[in-house]
Amino acid sequence: MDKKTKEKVSNVGKHILIYAVMFFTIAPLLWMLLASFQPNQSIINANKGLFDFVPTVENFVSVITEYDFLDYTWNSFVVAAAATVFSLIIGVPCAYVVARYKMRKASVVVLLVRMIPGISFLLPWFSIFSKLGLRDSYTALILSHMLVALPYIVWTMIPNFENLPRELEEAAWIDGSTQIGAFFRVTLRLATPGMVTAALLAFIFSWNNFMFSLILAGSKTQTLPVAIFNFVSYAYVDWGGLMAAAVMITLPIMILSMCLQKYIVSGLTAGAVKG
Amino acid sequence: MKKWLDKHIKIVFALPTLIFLMVMVIAPLLYNFGMSFTNWTMSAKKAPDFIALANYIEVFKEPRFAAAVGRTVVYSFIAIALEGILGVALAILINRKFRGRRIVQALMLLPVVATPVALGMAWKLILEPSIGVANVMLTGMGFAARKFIATTSFESMLCLILIDVWEWTPLVMLMVYAGLVTIPQDPYESALIDGASRWQTLTKITLPLASSSILIAVLMRLIDLVKNFDIIYATTQGGPNFATENINIYGYLNMFSYYEFGKASAISVLFFIVVMAIGCGFLYIKSKVEVDY
Repeated sequence: MDKKTKEKVSNVGKHILIYAVMFFTIAPLLWMLLASFQPNQSIINANKGLFDFVPTVENFVSVITEYDFLDYTWNSFVVAAAATVFSLIIGVPCAYVVARYKMRKASVVVLLVRMIPGISFLLPWFSIFSKLGLRDSYTALILSHMLVALPYIVWTMIPNFENLPRELEEAAWIDGSTQIGAFFRVTLRLATPGMVTAALLAFIFSWNNFMFSLILAGSKTQTLPVAIFNFVSYAYVDWGGLMAAAVMITLPIMILSMCLQKYIVSGLTAGAVKG
Repeated sequence: MKKWLDKHIKIVFALPTLIFLMVMVIAPLLYNFGMSFTNWTMSAKKAPDFIALANYIEVFKEPRFAAAVGRTVVYSFIAIALEGILGVALAILINRKFRGRRIVQALMLLPVVATPVALGMAWKLILEPSIGVANVMLTGMGFAARKFIATTSFESMLCLILIDVWEWTPLVMLMVYAGLVTIPQDPYESALIDGASRWQTLTKITLPLASSSILIAVLMRLIDLVKNFDIIYATTQGGPNFATENINIYGYLNMFSYYEFGKASAISVLFFIVVMAIGCGFLYIKSKVEVDY
């Protein structure tokens, strides 16, 4: 084989490999989507053809009308959004001083906090929030989810502030602005793309959180991951409804990540590249 | 007032986060630590008594704990090996020019960002022994049907490992790929002039220069693997007959299924120490490898 044919063969091989990997990655997700449009009788009948069914939206109708999944979606949204916003409010200024005053130790603490196993908090939170009468309340859920959101925010924002040019901020100081004034009027505006990344990651991982909601949420504040988990504990598994619920919970996140891919990838990979 | 704020900006800006961490992290950890020396239970009538190390001794004597530790080690070890090797290979693959890289990247991102519990449910349906598509395909191709996650043999662990590999390899890929694109072009140009083979370029240039991002990706995954909860709890809850129970699940069940709060506190203290030890090792290595090219 001459060099050119070799090159061509390797090129074709590369594409086949990439598409095969892609297929394995999305096939389970497509299967979930497909099953959500199948009547349950057709899912539990293994003898029919895999694609031999009449698509229906009855599963979605039943999880919304019978199992109140719109309420759970709302709960998930409120908790994730509030945890993200509050974490931004306390986390961004903290990241700013850590970056500006090169508090290396403080940034290490943030990483350590993200590593702590969630299980260490469950009993103390459960018992304290119960005593305060805050179980099954948004307050408890938001506070616990802030522990998911805050490390992402501080961790993403520190390198962001480090990379911002100091000159603009210092120019504002010379013009008579206070440091705090310059932070709000100049620095924060420059850091907006970084804050989008941080907020997206915080929102996604709070939305996905299962363990904290599992012990702190009650019937009124149940979030989607808990609701879908409780769905299978009924004696008879309604697979169609279960998959419809799974689609409802993952679809918003998937659409978000497809549209804002650039931000999410930069946030997820931030630790791997020198900032 | 404004001058005072400027002068103390460090403390003013850091204080809210510090207070939050004190209240939500430090205090609960101490509370948990203290309670691990008591016979705390669900009952609110009786105050817990101090029983020194009895909980720890009980945990260490229990074969179920040892088994859970063993499973956590095996699970993490196999999964990290697969995710590391596959992730690096895929990163090198997508680092080569091809059409549609952005779309491939976007689709590969989906398992990473999707809600683990929902993914667990999807896999539960796929691997269902009697109606799942996995067995339909196996028997269709003439193989025997398998039990997958519904067996006490190692097969159920293997299935959970494969689900984890499916879910998280893309993250390793993305992290390593982010490291690969920062490698400067000149070493490759000199290698080309010197007539280096592809294999030599890979092992002598690409891998050494990407080693820090590979290491960080692998270690970060390792910490999350040891702590894995969502997928296992959603699919098997540690069963059948504890066959897939790791330390996290074992601790959780002791808390909210058996209500052995004191003993569960001891388990979570032990688990905390192990995870933090790995974490500090990670930070040490991270500080060593972060050198300029």
